[in-house]
Amino acid sequence: MEYRKSILSVAFVIILAVGFAVAPLAHTSGYQIMLASHILVWGLFAISFNMLWGVTGMLSFGQALYYGLGAYSVGLFVKHVGAAWFVPGMFVGLALSVVISLLIGLLVIRVGGVFFTVLTLAFGQLAWQITFRWYDFTGGDDGIQGIIAPGILSDRIVYYYFTLAIVLISIWLLLRLSQSPMGVLLRCVRQNPARVPFLGQSVRMSQLRIYVISCFFTTLAGSLMAGVDNSIHTDMLYWTTSGEVILMSVLGGIGQFFGPLIGAGAIIVIQDIVGARTEYWPLFIGILMMIIVLLFPRGVVGEFQALRIKLTSFARRGG
Amino acid sequence: MEPLLKLDHVNKAFGGLTVTADVSFSVMPGDITAIIGPNGAGKTTLFNQITGHLIPDSGRIIFQGEDITGMPPQTIVTRGMGRAFQITSIFPEETVLENVRVACLSHRKEILHPFRHVGSFKRATDRAYEILESLGLANRADRPAFELAHGDQKLLDIGIALGLEPKLLLLDEPTSGMSPEERQLTRDLIKKLWKEFKLTLVFIEHDMDTVFGIAQLVRVLTLGRLLAEGTPDEIRNNPEVITAYLGEEVS
Repeated sequence: MEYRKSILSVAFVIILAVGFAVAPLAHTSGYQIMLASHILVWGLFAISFNMLWGVTGMLSFGQALYYGLGAYSVGLFVKHVGAAWFVPGMFVGLALSVVISLLIGLLVIRVGGVFFTVLTLAFGQLAWQITFRWYDFTGGDDGIQGIIAPGILSDRIVYYYFTLAIVLISIWLLLRLSQSPMGVLLRCVRQNPARVPFLGQSVRMSQLRIYVISCFFTTLAGSLMAGVDNSIHTDMLYWTTSGEVILMSVLGGIGQFFGPLIGAGAIIVIQDIVGARTEYWPLFIGILMMIIVLLFPRGVVGEFQALRIKLTSFARRGG
Repeated sequence: MEPLLKLDHVNKAFGGLTVTADVSFSVMPGDITAIIGPNGAGKTTLFNQITGHLIPDSGRIIFQGEDITGMPPQTIVTRGMGRAFQITSIFPEETVLENVRVACLSHRKEILHPFRHVGSFKRATDRAYEILESLGLANRADRPAFELAHGDQKLLDIGIALGLEPKLLLLDEPTSGMSPEERQLTRDLIKKLWKEFKLTLVFIEHDMDTVFGIAQLVRVLTLGRLLAEGTPDEIRNNPEVITAYLGEEVS
């Protein structure tokens, strides 16, 4: 009984792994491979973000900072030092992410609710401004082009599998975390923070821990993106990036571990299909979000789960 | 014998309002004591100071020979002090089992494990089931906690506290909002838990049947001041207490 959810999750990860792994074999174009990579990277970004919001109840509006940090760590190393520094750049980005998220985390967790959200937004916009203005170093509004990983990673398909492997391992680690005692404690922090000290645990320490973990995987997603698009832009640090990941989570369902991943996939596919026909595609996304929030507040995966539970209890009663 | 808990001239004021005035008392290991008093007497505020939620303006609080004044709640809790709340405080979306197990995991220092499935922590899970068994909630272990009736949620709140294997358990109005029948059951249960878990109990209560039914020692608080302490009989016949609080309720 207790493990049933866990078995379902493992099954889902396997389907995901197989599905994305065979994609390049099915005569897919380079464009479709890129689309699949986008879904993987944004999926990891959204799941990491939801560990903060859906699980722990911390609505950060500044995760673009860490996404951009990952991308620019890779991009700046490649631009200023050389292509060989692609992978070391990823590691530097991750190390920086831990340091920066610890420092910012210590500040932002001191406030709760909407103040936390606004403060994270402020830090995010600060990072965007710095990247935007510091033209000599970051390329400012021009971004950085021609970021190509060295050696075998320069091959599209190889880089795709590289992305797939890292994203799957990360999602698996986060899934394990969400089902572990630490994951339960995080849910407790969201549901009843006043009681947590009387479990002998600190709310702030729990929040800081998941903030650093979430930001780490967000940075990882950002650094992978640098090699997917081969170019990066200050928009990655802009608040709309933070907003987009919130939309993805809401669409998929913040109460479910895989909800944000499904949401990310849905938004990227919609952008692609509707965007090819009309430039007003954000209008379509806007209407869709309204329908979801008003009629299906549990999100796609959440409503699906609720329906499944209803059907099984109905079948049990009937039989 | 050393007292388990000792309050030494504890004072606390909110602005000009004195909520705890020079309160001193000792709780001996294994005792069941009650704190009674009219609304606003400072009973819960006193609990909040004992558990570290509030810091006294002056005075000391000694727990098992150690000065715990000014320590944060999460530290005091791990020293062996448990608390159940006046307004039920549980984790509503988690299962009944998870509510207690998270406390057991915390006590066993397994709570920060980030990788193994929570169900694989056999000893914490077994202990949680034992506690639910004692509370009579084991048959609903896999239900979400919000589905429980009010009285059962109060028991679950106590269950969370028990998961931390406390030596001293503070109960804030354990029978509030219950029917007379539920109260009787809860009284019996508290006595059973006291024996089974070898607890020292301090509880705040307005229901006099509960107070005089299970307390060995009763302390009366009015306006933050300790008015009287004694056995249930002494308190019942104390003229000062009758005027200040009990009034017609007992006579």
